[in-house]
Amino acid sequence: MSYKTDFGRVLGLGSAKQGTGHFWSQRVTAVALIPILIFAIWPLDAAVGLSYEEVRAIYASPFNAIMLILLIAVGFRHMQLGLQVVIEDYVSNPAVRTAALLANTMFCALFGLTGVFAVAKIAFAG
Amino acid sequence: MADVNRGNRPLSPFMIGPYYRPQWTSMLSIVHRITGCALALGAVLIVWWLLAAASGPDYFASADWVVTSWLGQLVLFGCLWALLYHFCNGIRHLIWDTGLLLEVDKAELAGKMTVVASVVLTLLVWII
Repeated sequence: MSYKTDFGRVLGLGSAKQGTGHFWSQRVTAVALIPILIFAIWPLDAAVGLSYEEVRAIYASPFNAIMLILLIAVGFRHMQLGLQVVIEDYVSNPAVRTAALLANTMFCALFGLTGVFAVAKIAFAG
Repeated sequence: MADVNRGNRPLSPFMIGPYYRPQWTSMLSIVHRITGCALALGAVLIVWWLLAAASGPDYFASADWVVTSWLGQLVLFGCLWALLYHFCNGIRHLIWDTGLLLEVDKAELAGKMTVVASVVLTLLVWII
């Protein structure tokens, strides 16, 4: 018998230890990605397929580099939140689910930080 | 009290097919999820290509070979459409969050507009 009220659970005191944090983070990153994508897509679309020197010249520009870093950082966070919901929906075995959720968090951090590092390295060199 | 029966609750059946005929809204919702998952793979591909560009000309040459191959171009074109569909349909979701466009006819019309916009934007970005 739990004495917790529904309101208490919503405040972040339920079994999930969070209230609407996931929902809200998903929305905040989604709204942020609208302008970021509009600015980041054009240089990225232009750069893919160009030569080594041309790609590095595009991301030597601070604006292009900053927009791509924002796209990668916010995008991978948004991706982690989204894939988390997919895993929670389809993986019912608790051990497999926990392993999948951990792997999701770590892979999103790994690839997100790798991408940020790569763009920063090009930008600082150029 | 709420989680007494945790782990032993009945699951809701898969509704589309046996109980519901496919609708625009449910189909586009599934496509939103599929494009989101596909974009995870596309994002890893682009990060790998960026890492190659940050590492040196030799490594970049192999990454460039992959993204400019016909298969790489096909994957990237698909990823671009997935990205722009997820972008347009995400905006539709954000509008729903404000309480607008929730009527069935409006939600369906906005969904059809999302599909058209995603295709037009994909061709626009790909060609320019």
